Amino acid sequence: MVYLDNAATTRPSEAVIAAMTAAMQEGYFNPSSLYAPGYSVGKEIETFRLQLAKSLSAREVIFTSGGTEADNLAILGLLQNSRKKGRVLYSAVEHSAVAEPCQRLKDHFDVATLPVTASGIVDLNAARDLMTPDTVLICVMQVNNEVGAIQPLEDLIRLRDELCPDAHLHVDGVQGFLHLDTKLSTGIDSYALSAHKFHGPKGVGALALGKRARVNPLILGGKQENGLRAGTENTYGILGMQAAIQDHRANDHDIRALKLRLVEGILAAIPESVINGPEPSSSEACDHIVNFSFPPVQAQTMMHALEAERVLVSQGSACSSRKKQSSRTLVALGLAQSRMDSALRFSLSRYTTQEDIDQAIDACARVYKNLRPFTRR
Amino acid sequence: MTSKLLLVKYAEIHLKGQNRPYFQRLLLRNVRQAVKHLNADAQLYDSRIFVTGYADESACIDAITKVFGVHAVCPAVQIDKNDFDAICDLAADLMKDVSGSFKVAARRADKRFFLDSPQICAQVGAHILRNNKQLKVDVHQPDHVLNVEIRDQALLYVKTYPAVGGLPTGTAGRAMLLLSGGIDSPVAGFRIAKRGVQLSAVYYHSFPYTGEPVKEKIISLAKILTAYCGPIRLFVVPFTEIQQAIHEKCPDDFTTLIMRRNMMRIADMLADKNKALALITGESIGQVASQTLEALACTDEVVSRPVFRPLIGMDKLEIIKEAQQIGTYETSCLPYEDCCTVFTPRHPVTHPKLRQAQLAERPLLDDDLLEQMIQRAVEGTEVIDLKP
Repeated sequence: MVYLDNAATTRPSEAVIAAMTAAMQEGYFNPSSLYAPGYSVGKEIETFRLQLAKSLSAREVIFTSGGTEADNLAILGLLQNSRKKGRVLYSAVEHSAVAEPCQRLKDHFDVATLPVTASGIVDLNAARDLMTPDTVLICVMQVNNEVGAIQPLEDLIRLRDELCPDAHLHVDGVQGFLHLDTKLSTGIDSYALSAHKFHGPKGVGALALGKRARVNPLILGGKQENGLRAGTENTYGILGMQAAIQDHRANDHDIRALKLRLVEGILAAIPESVINGPEPSSSEACDHIVNFSFPPVQAQTMMHALEAERVLVSQGSACSSRKKQSSRTLVALGLAQSRMDSALRFSLSRYTTQEDIDQAIDACARVYKNLRPFTRR
Repeated sequence: MTSKLLLVKYAEIHLKGQNRPYFQRLLLRNVRQAVKHLNADAQLYDSRIFVTGYADESACIDAITKVFGVHAVCPAVQIDKNDFDAICDLAADLMKDVSGSFKVAARRADKRFFLDSPQICAQVGAHILRNNKQLKVDVHQPDHVLNVEIRDQALLYVKTYPAVGGLPTGTAGRAMLLLSGGIDSPVAGFRIAKRGVQLSAVYYHSFPYTGEPVKEKIISLAKILTAYCGPIRLFVVPFTEIQQAIHEKCPDDFTTLIMRRNMMRIADMLADKNKALALITGESIGQVASQTLEALACTDEVVSRPVFRPLIGMDKLEIIKEAQQIGTYETSCLPYEDCCTVFTPRHPVTHPKLRQAQLAERPLLDDDLLEQMIQRAVEGTEVIDLKP
């Protein structure tokens, strides 16, 4: 099987499975317990918290149930029930985990979206116009989950510092963490990540806070996570995430070269195919995600046909694959309907091999040739 | 000594004459099957079915109200009929927490009982009134009815849960339902099954145009129906090849109609193999292009057995309401996209003549192509047996 849906989730690495198994077998104690075995689990978690905070140059790290909760905590924890007033901006290509909490604020704030260019990058000129002095929150993701565009965070931080220096900048780093070097000290106020996107377990993630960020808890009922997220810590998950990060740093793998091989192969084999989002070889494109359209073949049909060839890819974001509408990201890019209807995302990981890529190219070419003649007339 | 039981009433079976025992037997079998997983047992006695031995009463009632042929279910208390004071006390006990108006309805199946029905009503009613000052009697429009039935034992009950009605499944042979993922076809299946017909179902799978989730959805829909009508054998027919051939060879405006004709042909063949006496579809006049009178005539032409269309005169809103009552609506609305839109012409013919349809289909007939494709589809059919 060729698994090219690593933006949806990744296979847990051996190191992660080993770390979690050990934690379940021997370290199952409640980290809040006062006896030594419990205390020692607590200490392990605190050590990891400090390491992670240090590597991100964050003031504080809160472990959450994943990226979605981290985004919610950053946005709603900052502004829900707040007496502040002003503008909330989020990029038009944000994940629903950011867009929906921002929309929730629209009764008390002036919520607007930052438009993007055809390659999915936030339009800096438009951003300059939208960043009013009363802006309180700006949400821009590090890497877009559907087309792999890397957002110009440095430029946005500069604009923020110039136009609305008090605005909180929240960065959804779910697809960017470990792929890009990230320091909150550059001007990011909060940063969300999710373990299962980098070979860790599902159900765990983190929100890192910069030095001036303060949020209120959304989940009450205990003093865990410095009072910011009640509930017994997901110790297995947190330690699994730690193993995933260590493991990732120990592995060096040129995913970008494989991605470019895939792009070249598919464009050559299927002349009608087009790339959605940034030019794959440019610095605006991340290493592991690329989005193609195969007009006129419907994305879902192509996906199922590839599935029959044992190549797994996806139609946009897995979180919204059950909805009927076109993806918000692709709409924001201003793509024609036929291109949106035929868009498929391919996403790689360090387990992807050259054989996988070649097999995927082959399968795409074959499947496309079979399906091409059947279009709606 | 008192004991609890469920009194199961049937309706239309009462109209049956000499073959009434046959209907009763099948109803008893179906009720037993429906409550088996709740460890309950059912007995037929005196034109009533008595269900005993259950632990979870509400689950048991829920299961029985879905059995075709059942008119109503009443949770009852059984007591020795020879101790009339105890009957009165039990009646007062059953009515102790209610207020408003009431009446007592008595049915004296055992004519040797020392009181006649009006006397039972009067005496039991008087005793209830003495014990509950919140109640008053209203024999015309009472809020509550306390029923007393005198049989081998005395049976007392207040609540009646209406059931689905119809005739016992298995009393009317078998029919083949063309099941799509939509709202209509499960309702059509339900309506025919309600008359005692056993269902088989056929679904046309066009991988990769429709994926695994759609197939799972069909299975869930059939599974919901089994709660009413018992086991369903589901046939999943690989239909891609035929659909692609139609798309390639036939005129655009006729493709849907020709597709319908071939679905019917295959259903007819499977019905033959599966001893189904009729086909069932969810069609309703004019709902879509393939459901105009002309189009229906074109699809009927290829079938050798009756095609039942129980929704034919219903509005969409009526069908939706019924789907909600049966419990298939939510599943039908799951948005797994059906990519068959590729094969949907933009302007399908709405008033086809049979002759035109036959002509449009002709390119498929060269070299026995259609026959062979249908053969392959039937041979490649997956059979899934679904149980309640």
